[in-house]
Amino acid sequence: MALDGTGWHPASWREPDARPAEVLRAGYWTDLIGAAEHGLIDFVTIEDGLTLQSDHPFRPDDRTDRLRGRLDAVLIASRVAPTTRHIGLIPTAVTTFTEPFHISKAVATLDYVSTGRAGVRVQVSSRRDAAAHFGRRQFPDDRAALVAELFGEATDYVEVLRRLWDSWEDDAEIRDVSTGRFIDRDKLHYIDFVGPHFSVKGPSITPRPPQGQPVVAALGHVDAAYRLIATSADVGFITPHSTQEVTSLVETIAGHRPADTEPVRVFADVVVFLDDTAAGAQARRDRLDEVAGSEYVSDAEIFAGTPAQLADLVQQWHAAGASGLRLRPATLPHDLRQITDGLVPELQRRGAFRDGYDTTTLRGLLGLPRPANRYATA
Amino acid sequence: MSKPTKQIHLAAHFPGVNNTTVWSDPASGSHIDFASFVHFAQTAERGKFDFMFLAEGLRLREQGGAIYDLDVVGRPDTFTVLAALAAVTDRLGLTGTINSTFNEPYEVARQFASLDHLSDGRAAWNVVTSWDAFTGENFRRGGFLPEHQRYERAESFLAAAHTLFDSWRGDEIIADKTTGVFLSDPTAGEFSYHNDHFDISGRFNVPRSPQGRPVIFQAGDSDHGREFAAAAADAIFSRHGTLEAGQQFFADVKGRLAKYGRRHSDLLILPAATFVLGDTDAEAADMAHEVRLAQVSPATAIKFLEQLWNRDLSDHDPDGPLPSVDPVVGENTIAKGRASVRMYRDPIATANEWRAKAEAENLTTRELIIEVTGRQNFIGSPTTVAEQIDHLVQSDASDGFILVPHVTPGGLDPFVDKVVPLLQERGVFRTEYEGTTLRDHLGLAHPDRGAEPAAATG
Repeated sequence: MALDGTGWHPASWREPDARPAEVLRAGYWTDLIGAAEHGLIDFVTIEDGLTLQSDHPFRPDDRTDRLRGRLDAVLIASRVAPTTRHIGLIPTAVTTFTEPFHISKAVATLDYVSTGRAGVRVQVSSRRDAAAHFGRRQFPDDRAALVAELFGEATDYVEVLRRLWDSWEDDAEIRDVSTGRFIDRDKLHYIDFVGPHFSVKGPSITPRPPQGQPVVAALGHVDAAYRLIATSADVGFITPHSTQEVTSLVETIAGHRPADTEPVRVFADVVVFLDDTAAGAQARRDRLDEVAGSEYVSDAEIFAGTPAQLADLVQQWHAAGASGLRLRPATLPHDLRQITDGLVPELQRRGAFRDGYDTTTLRGLLGLPRPANRYATA
Repeated sequence: MSKPTKQIHLAAHFPGVNNTTVWSDPASGSHIDFASFVHFAQTAERGKFDFMFLAEGLRLREQGGAIYDLDVVGRPDTFTVLAALAAVTDRLGLTGTINSTFNEPYEVARQFASLDHLSDGRAAWNVVTSWDAFTGENFRRGGFLPEHQRYERAESFLAAAHTLFDSWRGDEIIADKTTGVFLSDPTAGEFSYHNDHFDISGRFNVPRSPQGRPVIFQAGDSDHGREFAAAAADAIFSRHGTLEAGQQFFADVKGRLAKYGRRHSDLLILPAATFVLGDTDAEAADMAHEVRLAQVSPATAIKFLEQLWNRDLSDHDPDGPLPSVDPVVGENTIAKGRASVRMYRDPIATANEWRAKAEAENLTTRELIIEVTGRQNFIGSPTTVAEQIDHLVQSDASDGFILVPHVTPGGLDPFVDKVVPLLQERGVFRTEYEGTTLRDHLGLAHPDRGAEPAAATG
């Protein structure tokens, strides 16, 4: 489930059950993610960005009728971690301006505080207003060159994250009183990454986290992103608009995936308006559009219907090759409740969804093995 | 008229990545598992402490070209673990050390503002600067700055962060569902900050947090650092825990406040302090000696020796006299990622002082190192320690202490169980939290409501 503010529809904050004034408070997020965990959801993603939200794709706007302001997603996830026990936590991190060394230890620490439930969704930013917030970077004018630069950097970034997570072997801490050595330094490793945007020596200051490597996710709409997902991610988010497209995108990603690696877990994104009747869901969507002043459009498929109808779609797309769906609730908490109280029981009745959590890590929920350490020799 | 009794401020430093922390103690637990942080933070909160404190080091220390393996190694990300601790505590302040050299203001400001929101107003930032290209090898920015530019950049960094914090006044979010007005101001969060170090502008995306700005700590001890603190900090994490040195530092720094239009109570002096508690003073003294032996193992003694001598002394006998050869003068190349080596301004003079002391007191190398490095501040029965702390604070040697236990995570427990009640009985330490934010605990004005007292002074 994908969480963002009061939901993905721009008028969601005006719904009667919305809590727009509380989006900056811890209790808002512990309530939502606690409810998602009660519904046995695999994981939540938390959106983030290094600009104030804007309806304009490339620059700030001056709208005053939209939800504005957000908190750092990694810190929201960390604040929620001790209040939950099973659900995976995947905050967004922007790779374009931030330090891979910092994000690596932040996500490793999220893995420690959640005892193995951390992931990170990496995202590039091509916004010049974001660049101006950092003041250190000139983007190329050519769009294709920019895309190549940003995705190349993201690929390097994930490589550095994973090397840093592996830079301590699992048994590096020895506490050998007889020799006075706390660690066996032969089990700590320099990562010696050198690239065009950053060079990182290592090792991490944080020992290898519980999952070995927390889960890396990315969203894709273009081939460069599918390559990033295939070469660097454990989980990919795609935005198909038909069953056929699910299959073709899953195949595209599999085609880019290096041989002998665990397949990417591909989740198809869908924005959901859910109600007890299809007409009710459509009417709510129309009403929200009217309040917003324009029809809501999305990169992802928009679904308005009943939880049972959504269960049909989930099963069709799952059969077409998706590991699952990443649902974007149009409004919160309404559509989240419809998912946990409507969709989940329906899928359970059909024998297509877990009856309880049977593992304690995010990798466990996704069926991903704990990765071997690239530096371990023993 | 007699001087009013001061209330003591107490904080807890999570045991550090250095030899103060005794990992060989059978009671020593994990330094990285979250459960250790929970135990520590909840103990501090049980003791009604003002805040807990996390240090930071962005590259593992090395000595003689290899990763230093004798001390605790490894720590979590500061922001992330503090945000998680906000979930398991209600009142305790959460102070993180964050470097201004290998970060950018927009990112750090949004992380501290987020932490302040997520903790309902309990965030504090200990602003430090890095000094070396060694640490820079882990970062995009890389490189390093000459010493005077480090302070310039740190001051600019803090000023830029304040510009970002202040880019939201705090009253912009209306969120009126009926009228559809979310923001009262279409330019909320607009900022711009330009100088030699930063050239940034745009809109900050975290609305104003409960404390307005996090509480600002400063830890540098140089003249420049003291001036920086007097101008811009809310508290100083100082090294001067003894009566005379503390009083001198206290008077010096507080004396600098007036020219910035600030009052004595606007800047707190909080030295780091270690402690050893026993049932009696004699028992505590014995325990303190045992702790020192554990902190300075024979191998650690040689490493300390090398840090001053700036050369490989791995063949030296820790149970013999100090080396007859002199230290290598010049840039310290033996120890990396360690601030303390910079304090040895004149290594040969220091070596001669150590030799004189060793000869006069008939000390072996290890015994000498035990004497000249980091002896505990407070050693005694709970009553003795409570009296010492109260005396130092009432004598204006400090406003309180940041206590550094030597065992993780339980090292703070005896202090909270035995000393805190005595301080409470003396009427110099709170029995309940009176406010909810860290600014409340420290008696600091909220930046949005601070105009009145400042005007009264000026």
